[in-house]
Amino acid sequence: MPHDDPHTHVHDHAAIEADEPQGYYQHLAAATRSLLIEKGAFTADDMRAMIERIDERSPALGAKIVARAWTDQAFKARLLSRGKQTIKEEMEIDPVAADIVVVENTAEVHNVVVCTLCSCYPVFILGRPPDWYKSYAYRSRAVRDPRGVLREFGTEIDPAREVRVHDSTADMRYLVLPMQPEGTEGWPEERLAGLVTRDTMVGTAEVRPAA
Amino acid sequence: MTEPRFNPGDAVTVSARFPTGRRHLRTPFYIRGKTGEVERVCGAYKNPEDLAFGNYDAARVPLYRVRFDQRHVWDDYAGNPADTIDIEIYEHWLEPAETGDPGDAA
Repeated sequence: MPHDDPHTHVHDHAAIEADEPQGYYQHLAAATRSLLIEKGAFTADDMRAMIERIDERSPALGAKIVARAWTDQAFKARLLSRGKQTIKEEMEIDPVAADIVVVENTAEVHNVVVCTLCSCYPVFILGRPPDWYKSYAYRSRAVRDPRGVLREFGTEIDPAREVRVHDSTADMRYLVLPMQPEGTEGWPEERLAGLVTRDTMVGTAEVRPAA
Repeated sequence: MTEPRFNPGDAVTVSARFPTGRRHLRTPFYIRGKTGEVERVCGAYKNPEDLAFGNYDAARVPLYRVRFDQRHVWDDYAGNPADTIDIEIYEHWLEPAETGDPGDAA
């Protein structure tokens, strides 16, 4: 912003940046990046564009997939049996992961996803994972007390339903196909997609019934 | 692709090995020694234990999704007895289960 702007903004807050000194790994990452650019492995613009592409992914992509599955039984069957190919060929979403496993919530089963070892997450259809997904508390507790953790998210699962946890430990990535709420039959795909939030596709929430 | 040793429905036991040293293992501690059932064969992927140390030419290893009864995994599990946990496990961490029914192991 040019300094001669007649603005009245007062700079009374701290600079919006980390004030911690850079540690070993930050220095290592910066040095590695500089070397790769210097040696021509990629350009600074390639790297910027990659970060931009990753940041453009959002739960809206997953919501479109879910809404399509709710309205098209044949698509849903293909999605559940061949997740990656179906998303790539029919939704034209580039699936960066090796494969995607789509797990369906039903009146009998509720699915929830966790990565106990790190933070594996289907970034290509849900965007970057939320902080809680990467926390030790979620990662350690979601596997051994999933019902208790879900309750803390405000999601009470009927004791009669089976809770199926998926520990995303390796090359698969997971999408929970939530249950379509009652009263939304016949809605167009775009309207249905608007009901589907990020957490419902990780399994920590259920899609709310239509108001 | 390497021919998978196990098929969906096979009862398998996760190896109770605890190797130490500089390693990158994708088999969670909490599931080692536990018995479950192969849910699906996921294909064959390069072994992360090699990839993590720059060995990109390593052979591919079949990867499985194995389903375990939560009450078998956690002694104090309080949820529905039907609750399960599915975990991706590479073939070299699996052995045929000695009991036919994973439920027996609980």
